[in-house]
Amino acid sequence: MSPTAQRTSQRADERLDVRKTYKLYIGGKFPRSESGRSYEVTDSRGKFLANAAQGSRKDARDAVVAARGAFAGWAGATAYNRGQVLYRIAEVMEGRRAQFVAEVRASEGVTERRAEALVSAAIDRWVWYAGWSDKIAQVLGGLNPVAGPYFDISAPEPTGVVGILAPQRSSLLGLVSVIAPAIVSGNTTVVLTSELRPLPAITFSEALATSDVPGGVVNLITGRTAEVAPWIASHRDVNAIDLAGAAEAEGVVWGDLELAAADNLKRVVRPAGVGADAVEPDWTADPDLSRIQAFLETKTVWHPKGR
Amino acid sequence: MSTTVAADSAVDATARARDLLGVTRLTNTALTSWLHGLPGVDQVGAEARAAALGTRSIKTTSKQWGIDTAISMIDLTTLEGADTPGKVRGLCAKALTPDVTDLSTPRPAAVCVYGDMVEIAKDALGADSRVNVAAVATAFPSGRASMPVKLADTRFAVEAGADEIDMVIDRGAFLAGDYLTVFREIAAVKEACGDARLKVIMETGELVTYDNVRRASWLSMLAGGDFIKTSTGKVSPAATLPVTMIMLEAVRDWLDLTGEMVGVKPAGGIRTSKDALKYLVTVNEVAGEEWLDNHWFRFGASSLLNDLLLQRQRIATGAYSGADYVTDDSPSLY
Repeated sequence: MSPTAQRTSQRADERLDVRKTYKLYIGGKFPRSESGRSYEVTDSRGKFLANAAQGSRKDARDAVVAARGAFAGWAGATAYNRGQVLYRIAEVMEGRRAQFVAEVRASEGVTERRAEALVSAAIDRWVWYAGWSDKIAQVLGGLNPVAGPYFDISAPEPTGVVGILAPQRSSLLGLVSVIAPAIVSGNTTVVLTSELRPLPAITFSEALATSDVPGGVVNLITGRTAEVAPWIASHRDVNAIDLAGAAEAEGVVWGDLELAAADNLKRVVRPAGVGADAVEPDWTADPDLSRIQAFLETKTVWHPKGR
Repeated sequence: MSTTVAADSAVDATARARDLLGVTRLTNTALTSWLHGLPGVDQVGAEARAAALGTRSIKTTSKQWGIDTAISMIDLTTLEGADTPGKVRGLCAKALTPDVTDLSTPRPAAVCVYGDMVEIAKDALGADSRVNVAAVATAFPSGRASMPVKLADTRFAVEAGADEIDMVIDRGAFLAGDYLTVFREIAAVKEACGDARLKVIMETGELVTYDNVRRASWLSMLAGGDFIKTSTGKVSPAATLPVTMIMLEAVRDWLDLTGEMVGVKPAGGIRTSKDALKYLVTVNEVAGEEWLDNHWFRFGASSLLNDLLLQRQRIATGAYSGADYVTDDSPSLY
């Protein structure tokens, strides 16, 4: 090796790490937390992975404003169009597969093969939900037999802004399993990511930002679940809340969140488990329509029927 | 009788202007040298000061006071070609009961409408609501009409019962350097107002420079305006913090010079509670505490009230509120 080449290779060895400090995803942009805080994210063995923004109640407030602003456009898009946009997200996720696998592996401490399987399952889950966009109305709506000369039609409509506590353990499969059913029908979301395993969610936000989903449809906030969740639960401009991530979240009593949510009659999806004990379900199990159905309102129209 | 009194006040404005300027005859040349003798505005400095004043942190009880004060300073406004009697009545109902969930909410200072809606607004508000009716006049918003038309417009609104008149200046004349015309117009409209308070809209978005804003402010005060107002709300940019700050400096200096207090009204583009609080800070720091009263400071706004109400509810309930808990003021399709 020539002396010059040797020097170059030495320098390459000494290259400094690019230490990552990730930001939030609100309204299609990546702002820092209003609070200026961040926290260290480690892998399953406690080794430093990256810094993540530690979102505050004001970040949640801003995210709700963004979600509310995006609602009319997203809910008003045709079902076909929403389906296409969701498929496109799956394509972008596929392109980032290696990154997702590495992050799921580091975050959840699983083997390479298991991480591969989880990422595949997550993308397949997304595609499965995307396919429902133009089928929800046929399956969950329909013509009601009424005792009078009327066409009586019930049609499902999105409920509005949905707050989501993403699962704490399943960092990607769990995440997409709670976001996809909310947005496929036209809702917009404010998602509190897994507190200790936020990296796949952050990468997912980058996938969203480089696909066709309008800004504000999905907003992702990293941080302490116990700090931010009560503000989303009590927020009067949030129409529903999914408490999946209350299971195994430090300092979170899901009953309190349901109580706060009752103030403006939010629709609440309780976490799995019995009584006050919340447990994280097995997200690899085949889903049904219950999560889609949880965030729908039914509009019924009576139309006079002549001869 | 009333015309004699009015004629006297026009003479007064001119006579006082002569005294202040130290001239025997009020000419455009005299006005020009006086207005152009005002110190120039340091643009960068003014913007930096306004930005600095906007960074003050107002929390807890101060914020509560600020929100209530800001609500009481609003001129709740609808100035659309599509205004209907129903829309104006709706606006008045909102002024009388801004928040049905909390009857302790203060009422805004006034509703601001076109002259032909004054009677409807007056009727809807009743005699003892303490909410004034302000009417825009003088060929609002462009101001491009003949003088007799502008005066008739003003008199019509006053006769219909308007407590306050918002006039627009002839920006064309002002920009052409014809200050005397602008002076005479304001003085004549002031006469036509009788007991109604006169707000002079300078349309700062069309005046191009801060120096012009300062000159227009002094000219409006010299001619007898009771309030100086930034904008019609029909031109962008409308009210900005630096422009309002320069106007507040002008009313402060005018008080020093003449012993008379003149009000300030930024209008247009102020939509959030945060913005409103920035303006209150600026009022306090630049003009002084005396101006922190709806007799001397107003916000021309429509959507600002809802945002202030949301903040008020947030403080009262401890939970963030949303658009479902305030009235939807957009025109109904039904």
